[in-house]
Amino acid sequence: MIQNKNIALFIPCYVDQFYPNVAIATLELLEKLGCQVSYPIGQTCCGQPMANTGYERDTVGTTKHFVEIFGDYDYIVAPSGSCVLHIKDHAPAIAGMEKEQESLHNKIFELTEFLTDVLKVENLKGSFPHKVGYHASCHGQRGLRLGSSSERNEPFFSKAKQLLDQIEGLEWVELTRTDECCGFGGTFAVTEEALSVQMGKDRLQDHLTHGVEILTGGDMSCIMHLEGIAKRNQQTLKFMHIAEILNQAIS
Amino acid sequence: MSGRENILAKIKAIPRESRLLPEIPAFEFPMDHKVAFMLSIQANKGEVITESELKDFIAINRFEKILNLAKGMESLSTQPLPSDAHELNELEVAIIQGQFGVAENGAIWLTDENLGLRALPFITEHLVIVLEEKSLVSNMHEAYQRIGDQPSGFGLFIAGPSKTADIEQSLVIGAHGAKSLRVVLR
Amino acid sequence: MSHPAKASEFLQDAAKAKWHDETLWFVRDKRDTISKTIPEWEELRELASQIKDNVLANLYEYLVQFEEKATANGIQVHWAKDAEEHNQIVLSILQKHQCKAIVKSKSILTEECHLNPFLENSGVEVVDTDLGERIVQFLNQPPSHIVLPAIHLKKRDISELFHEKLHTEKGNEDPAYLTHAARLHLREKFLGAKVAITGVNFGVAETGEFVVCTNEGNADMGVHLADVHIACMGIEKIIPRRKDLGVFLRLLARSATGQPITNYNSHFRSPAQGKEIHIVLVDNGRTDQLAREKFKNSLKCIRCGACMNTCPIYRRSGGYSYGSVVPGPIGSILSPGLDLKKHSSLPFASTLCGSCTDVCPVKINIHEQLYEWRQEITKAQGTNAKSISMKIANGIFAVPFAYKITGAMMRGALKILPDSITYSGLNTWGKQRDLPETPKETFKDWYKKNRS
Ligand code: SF4
Repeated sequence: MIQNKNIALFIPCYVDQFYPNVAIATLELLEKLGCQVSYPIGQTCCGQPMANTGYERDTVGTTKHFVEIFGDYDYIVAPSGSCVLHIKDHAPAIAGMEKEQESLHNKIFELTEFLTDVLKVENLKGSFPHKVGYHASCHGQRGLRLGSSSERNEPFFSKAKQLLDQIEGLEWVELTRTDECCGFGGTFAVTEEALSVQMGKDRLQDHLTHGVEILTGGDMSCIMHLEGIAKRNQQTLKFMHIAEILNQAIS
Repeated sequence: MSGRENILAKIKAIPRESRLLPEIPAFEFPMDHKVAFMLSIQANKGEVITESELKDFIAINRFEKILNLAKGMESLSTQPLPSDAHELNELEVAIIQGQFGVAENGAIWLTDENLGLRALPFITEHLVIVLEEKSLVSNMHEAYQRIGDQPSGFGLFIAGPSKTADIEQSLVIGAHGAKSLRVVLR
Repeated sequence: MSHPAKASEFLQDAAKAKWHDETLWFVRDKRDTISKTIPEWEELRELASQIKDNVLANLYEYLVQFEEKATANGIQVHWAKDAEEHNQIVLSILQKHQCKAIVKSKSILTEECHLNPFLENSGVEVVDTDLGERIVQFLNQPPSHIVLPAIHLKKRDISELFHEKLHTEKGNEDPAYLTHAARLHLREKFLGAKVAITGVNFGVAETGEFVVCTNEGNADMGVHLADVHIACMGIEKIIPRRKDLGVFLRLLARSATGQPITNYNSHFRSPAQGKEIHIVLVDNGRTDQLAREKFKNSLKCIRCGACMNTCPIYRRSGGYSYGSVVPGPIGSILSPGLDLKKHSSLPFASTLCGSCTDVCPVKINIHEQLYEWRQEITKAQGTNAKSISMKIANGIFAVPFAYKITGAMMRGALKILPDSITYSGLNTWGKQRDLPETPKETFKDWYKKNRS
């Protein structure tokens, strides 16, 4: 029974700082679904930015800290595919902690996969009468396999769509390029500024062309980038994390 | 140290793990071979025709330089195989016997034995390949099974006419080699 | 110039950049569509990957076997440890035949060895016969894509070029017309060449034969009219068995251009009567790459170009932005092995989106290798703050985090970071993007108030 499980909320550092509402929505949503959730207060950045920049070896400290903070929980849930992928794939092995790390990798989940695969949420009651475009973040999409990848010959699936389809009135908008990168890419957003912005503009255009009202996704980093460009260009799209949509819809 | 010893010594020095060579399974092919083959040839910008259509093609275009190497079409030939391929530069039509065709992609297998001169199917302006319907195989795995350990010095899959899309990705037929491919399926 | 500088230059011509992106996306889309007509597509990729793993593990034996078989078939086999040796071998064959003009079909290996300038300096005229390659050769440029060498050019550019070089009508931009002009021009070259050079797509250890795939038929036009055929082959192009070709030929053209097979797939086993075939087996850094456990997989590449077509960076920055012979994702994991310093910005020219890995017909973990090269590059550069990667590191934390946030908060969140990293580069983020609004309180503060 999930009710008896100890679930930890892992909130990426930039979400904590800039998007507290996304974290709150995640927490409330899980609570509404009957979970006992706590937020280990000592958590820090998972180390992904350093690692992706070529300094994985300097993240031993953060990784150790992460294992210590989260090691004892039954599940760890984060509203970010990117940070979860980092913990699973790129957190360096810590001598003497191999066991804890391995078990951690099996109990850490991105929010949507936790809902579909662990909670097995099948019938959310709620309504959200809007045209929603979903931005599949690459780390969630191809890293965690939260959806079928357009490059591969596999049956279609999307954990996000599986959830959003349960919401009354919500219209899932099909895009032309279903899972192209938005150009955030961490470091890349700044070192390759011109390219990053162009990629973001192209993604936005795809959503706008298809009449999207609200652009959502599972990673605020991508959304921060896309929203930043849309605002600068006075585009009327609205942006919400998928946790915010679900939490709002079922309240 | 020679290049050979140098390279081989460097490879030898690298620790290696054993990686098994997989067996290649037979994959099912759901379509009728003939239907699939014809669709493939069309998609490759070739044409599948009958013997009488071939005769019309030659008559309408008033081709005069025709070289035939296919069985049963000897009467169409207007010239013999030269000894030097350069003499084929003006050739209008080459008719060749294909060994078998592949349904999944329209590829047709030819070897030295069919070609006379290796340049023939390339240098001719139009290429005609005669193929027996019963020779069709499903896919490339079956094709290589069929080829087996054939010892020919030169073997070739042709699947369409010479083509390019190097200018703005616009497809143009007849880059260097044959400007058209016709397959007489009989 | 580094990749970012060249990329922003490429993007200046917005219309052309958009065309480049859309055209290559179209090629990828064709690849997606055709791959989905093959139910066993993913199984084929897995087979191809396993076959290549087996090749890399047994390269020594396969090369020796290939040499033995090819020699027995009457092919002359040469070995070149580097580009220089390769070029010398080619030149000596030409000299033996007193050959002053050759035709050459597409070979990325000869690009890598800079064979053309080498031969030209020795008084040999080299004519690239692939249409796209001939176009860039006229312009004195390298190919910008390994399968579509002239994809960076518009038909107007080519029309002007052909007007100058081949005296085509001024202003006639019809691709069929221009292609026909090239056909006539190259036909003459084919008829006149005594020696033809080709690349190799696959060398089969079991039989000693090698396979060359083209759509234009230019490789065959060259070699069958010439007396001597020189095939230049990287040592990683070996495959064990003839039947393995079934797997690779099913994947190659579908991945490259979305067609079911290339129109010409020639299997060379022994020379025609009175003719010669030479194979030059080239290392040029491949054994070094093979020795790098994390990167040796890159040698599985069959040069289909799919990773370029799918790469959102490549499509929007063009082949030249990479400054390496092989551009795009695969180039970015091959090139650092050849010259780490020169190519140090390439592994960072990626968002690690992973599309390349999913598209690759031999399942090379390209984006993971990009990540690993980043680790290597920062190690090689030490902690010198001026190094490119440190500048890059400066970048990420400059992402809006620093804005309006006190130092204490930032250090709390990102304990590992020195201040210098946290507070720079902000301007770059904000040039074309707004920053998120700073909320009244962090989640941590909210949580303390509301839940504990
Ligand atoms: S790395 Fe893979 S996708 Fe890229 S060119 Fe090589 S084989 Fe093709």
